[in-house]
Amino acid sequence: MKKLGKWLPRLYVAVLLAIMYLPILVVVIYSFNDTKLFQWEGFTLDWYRKLMTNRVIGQAFWNSVKLAVLSSGAAAVLGTVGAIGMSQSHFKTKGLLENVSIIPIMIPEIILGMAYLAFFTYLQIPFGMVTLVIAHTAFCIPYIYLNVKARLAGLDPSIGEAALDLGASRTRMFWDITLPMIFPAVASGTLLAFAMSMDDVVISFFATGPQVTTLPLHIYSMLKMGVTPEINALCTIMLGVVFLGAALLRLLRASRKAQQ
Amino acid sequence: MKKRKSSGKALSLGALPMLLWTLVFVAIPLLYILWMSFMKRSATWGVVAQFTLDSYQKILSPTYLKVFAQSMWVALLTTLFTLLLGYPFAYFTAKLPRRARSAVLMLLVVPFWTNSLVRIYGWMILLRSQGVLNNLFLSLGLIDQPLKMLYTFGSVLIGMIYALIPFMILSIYSSVEKMDWSLVEAARDLGASAWRAFFTVTLPQTAPGIMAGCVLVFVPSVGLFFISDLMGGAKTVLLGNLIRNELLTARDWPTGAALSMVMMILSMGMIALYKRLAGDKSLEGLL
Repeated sequence: MKKLGKWLPRLYVAVLLAIMYLPILVVVIYSFNDTKLFQWEGFTLDWYRKLMTNRVIGQAFWNSVKLAVLSSGAAAVLGTVGAIGMSQSHFKTKGLLENVSIIPIMIPEIILGMAYLAFFTYLQIPFGMVTLVIAHTAFCIPYIYLNVKARLAGLDPSIGEAALDLGASRTRMFWDITLPMIFPAVASGTLLAFAMSMDDVVISFFATGPQVTTLPLHIYSMLKMGVTPEINALCTIMLGVVFLGAALLRLLRASRKAQQ
Repeated sequence: MKKRKSSGKALSLGALPMLLWTLVFVAIPLLYILWMSFMKRSATWGVVAQFTLDSYQKILSPTYLKVFAQSMWVALLTTLFTLLLGYPFAYFTAKLPRRARSAVLMLLVVPFWTNSLVRIYGWMILLRSQGVLNNLFLSLGLIDQPLKMLYTFGSVLIGMIYALIPFMILSIYSSVEKMDWSLVEAARDLGASAWRAFFTVTLPQTAPGIMAGCVLVFVPSVGLFFISDLMGGAKTVLLGNLIRNELLTARDWPTGAALSMVMMILSMGMIALYKRLAGDKSLEGLL
């Protein structure tokens, strides 16, 4: 009975995880399937070859990477400096302004998407990479801002004050003291923002024009048209990269711990 | 010394760029569609600057209310199922040995980094009438002809639950992890049954995580138009699909704007309720 009480919970976790990975597994298997149909016809690498020569997917992929780098990068600077600035500010409407800054992740994405469609149309800014970067930066900021804010709240302010008392300038204090201490929060927030930007469908759907497509938007239109084995191949590669990255990170952490 | 203190009272310069960005690219666009929702629809394209409540009247008609009700129903069911499935998962995971725990959390988060559409596509392959599950059931002799699983209400629900359950699990997990287990032991020592201890001690202690998870699942589930679009066929129309159609097909911008405003008030209400119940003045509990 006691053994059952120990193993049943583990079984539950394992089964739910297995169900979560089932659709991913299917995509991986079908990327090697020798037919566009839904039964197994034999092993092939054709879809990977077709993927490599598919200019449209390649272009969409690079657009997405460019967009994610630019917007999570811009948001990292704005959000980090913003969080530090806000932590030093005390004024009446601070809470309100703070809430407005994190609104993009608090409301359904489609509202912001529609707002950008209307706003950029009104301003007559041509839809494309510029509008995409603006929109993505806006929803990337909250991830970094909240992460850095939480980290700042846990910091000992006397360290910075000590630096100032010893004659460091505010800029020097920022680079030598504050930034190194909050860096983990900046990094994890930026990483999260990058992933969200890479995967965004809804806001990009409204904030881009016909000339510029991102990878999720391209996949969306392909899925609406029908069967897309090249997409399976692409997703398998992305999965492989992500798993490799995660495994490397774990190894790195483990070796660092072993050193200590 | 004095200077530092006085600079702490006003707005620090560092906050300015972010606040300006937010003002221009978040607040103003949102205010613009608020304004638009009260304007008259132009005969050809866009809006005419003339005050009217037409759009709000329009969304009170039965066709719109039906979509609204269906949307709420899907969001509610999604929240309920993610909670029922996710709570035990988070709870059991928190009780695993440390190494296993971090492995489970990693497995949970990694799919986040791949494309969410592709994972939805995986479900489409599984559920299709010539798909994996139907073929499996047919060959096992469980069914005589393919079941219709994709393009139903149920398949939309599966897609929603699948896309949003990690948020529920992670926020419940963080509150289970912070829990004070000695209280549970005390309750057990005083003779409470395992279930009684769970309901009177564990559940109240993890309530903040449950509430945060519910907000994190409910709010986005109202607006995710692509899941119902891909997995529901044309049958399951949700609020998100409706807004998109108003904008791109019907080109009725004021109605789209009015729908967005209603949706926004709804999500703000949810968050306000959360803040009141959780007694938390900031919103960090949600991340």
